[in-house]
Amino acid sequence: MPNDPFKFSRRSVLAGGVAGAALLAAPGIVRAQAQTLKIAVLLPQSGYLAQAGQSCHRGALVAPQVLADLGYKVELVHIDMESNPDVARTQTERAINEGAHCIVGAFDSAGTLAIAQVCEQRQVPLIVNIGAAPQLTEQGYKFLVRNFPTGGMLVKNGLHQIQALIDATKIAPKTAVFLHANDNFGLAQRKGMDALFPKSGLPFKLLESIPYDPKAQDLSVEVTKIRGLNPDLLLVVTRAADAIKLVRDTVRQKFQPMGIISPGAPGLYDEEFYKALGPLADYHIDALPWANPKSKVTQALEAAYTKAQPKFRFAVECFNVGFTFDALMIAGDAFKRAGTTNGPELMKALKATNLVDHAMIGGPIKFDEKGQNNDIPSASVQNRNQTPTVVLPAEVATMTPVLPMPPWQGRK
Amino acid sequence: MTAITLNIIVQGILTGLVYGLMALGLSVIFGVMRVVNFAHGEFTVVAMYAAFLLFDMLGVSPLVSLLPIAAAFFFLGYVLQRTLVEPFVSRAEHEQFILLVGLATVVVNGLLLIFGPDARPINLPYSFDSYTVGSLFIDKVRVFAALGAFAICIALFLFFRYTRTGTAIRACADNLTGAGVVGLNVKQLYAVTFGLGFACIGAAGTLMATIADASPGLAPAYTLLAFVIVIIGGLGSMAGALVGGVLIGISEALAGFYIQPSMKSMFSFALLILVLVLRPQGLMGRRL
Repeated sequence: MPNDPFKFSRRSVLAGGVAGAALLAAPGIVRAQAQTLKIAVLLPQSGYLAQAGQSCHRGALVAPQVLADLGYKVELVHIDMESNPDVARTQTERAINEGAHCIVGAFDSAGTLAIAQVCEQRQVPLIVNIGAAPQLTEQGYKFLVRNFPTGGMLVKNGLHQIQALIDATKIAPKTAVFLHANDNFGLAQRKGMDALFPKSGLPFKLLESIPYDPKAQDLSVEVTKIRGLNPDLLLVVTRAADAIKLVRDTVRQKFQPMGIISPGAPGLYDEEFYKALGPLADYHIDALPWANPKSKVTQALEAAYTKAQPKFRFAVECFNVGFTFDALMIAGDAFKRAGTTNGPELMKALKATNLVDHAMIGGPIKFDEKGQNNDIPSASVQNRNQTPTVVLPAEVATMTPVLPMPPWQGRK
Repeated sequence: MTAITLNIIVQGILTGLVYGLMALGLSVIFGVMRVVNFAHGEFTVVAMYAAFLLFDMLGVSPLVSLLPIAAAFFFLGYVLQRTLVEPFVSRAEHEQFILLVGLATVVVNGLLLIFGPDARPINLPYSFDSYTVGSLFIDKVRVFAALGAFAICIALFLFFRYTRTGTAIRACADNLTGAGVVGLNVKQLYAVTFGLGFACIGAAGTLMATIADASPGLAPAYTLLAFVIVIIGGLGSMAGALVGGVLIGISEALAGFYIQPSMKSMFSFALLILVLVLRPQGLMGRRL
């Protein structure tokens, strides 16, 4: 009987089925047998969060070499999520389809939440480098760990630092206003502030919390409103560009508070902030986690960073760079212990993390059952000579805090 | 009226005048050519960067670089119209839309590649100064920017009213067929109009650079803002663009103060919806 090429025999169907199944299973097998952990690093390299996203990206760029020296094998794929949660979601799908074993990102809580949903569906671990929205670790995600404080933790630690600053400088503020960006991060901080300030025992009254649009052209209306309230302290949660607008309008309207303090948010110490404001950038304080200058990991990271990115100061970038690096090291460490890139097994190893040496201050990195590292303390970092300088806690401080800050006029 | 409210209204008027000049470019182009420039905000930001570069490299104040940048933008607009936009003038609106949105994407990503995402401030010697009038604090830069914007608007009104070219452009806008019949060079006049629209963008961007820091991220917001202003003022109406700008400036400032700062933009859009419902042709636009 002549062979009919269009007819299928039982044998050929079976063979085809096996081949098809093997083809479908191949990514999983390849994923499990990989010798290097392939990490997709999703960051907002463009869009309104680009400044911070690119700062994190620079940290990710120097990380593989430093990690290799520490015995971790990672391969990074750098992806721009364009400050857009929808892009973050689709790019995560794409990265996983193209073989990413785990995801690190994404600086922005809204984008990170979008990524978390995809990682959960695809059973691929997500390590949050920066993202403070509490719901990231409160929605029961099984494939997520976060080595960054929640908004509440940042505010709580920040309020402790404010008390420490008051004690150290002997100032006696009676009132304060809280100004915050009206985005996921700012709202998380606001929630933390609303819950924690009344219990903080701080010796001043919070007159009002004012949300502002982070895409606003200027903050003149906000500052006029603050000027009307005339608080002693201005507590702020801003992004870098907004912090410039805030200080600029505060100076223009001749409003002179005792201090401008960020209780747990970056924004007052970026290079952009120093360039735009010059001497007017000095004496503002950020109370937030910081790189540990005494850690050998930090020293190695700083050396590599300074060599690779000579245009950028590690002292200014260490918040974004340090947290991004630590997230990558957590991934590399879990891979080393798990010996596989299989998602669930990698996740099991991530949950068992106990990383003593890392870049940011704090005890060993460990995660609770929700995937949150709860031991990430804050420091008070004051701008001095246009450099972020640790002024508290005293044991790691390199200068003493100055409050009230000197008047705007006559600064050089 | 409290001093603070008055302060906010004054600041709103000053900002609104610059907004108005920016929107004027969009209105002029649409009013004559019926082409909507979806790359409007992107080119405004290009002008901001031009002002920044001239200040940063040569120390030229934006109030001085205003005219050369506006002239360069006139030339840019003229060339763009003759080379890129002209073939699309008579084509379907969605084709014009795709062309200009494509151009906008190229421009904003080009800026990002060249300058990066950081905001570029122009720190003038008086950037942090303000005039004190009683209990009012009025930013110096805002006063200068608003005066500059107002002067340019007046000059443009006079150009369209009293020059032969301006009259010819208005003739094209009023009756294109008639303009062709009497022998006007419509293509040439369209290119001049596009150039004038771009000169407005150049001037507005330069003045805007004294108030806001140049950053690629601003571009889509400026495009949207210009649209809101011209729709409120009346598409194609020059006076409407200015009135719309001032209205948006004041309403945003008052809403920010009395309702909530984060709701400023929402208030602009509420005003837009109100105008679209009650007077679809805009406050100073002609009923179609």
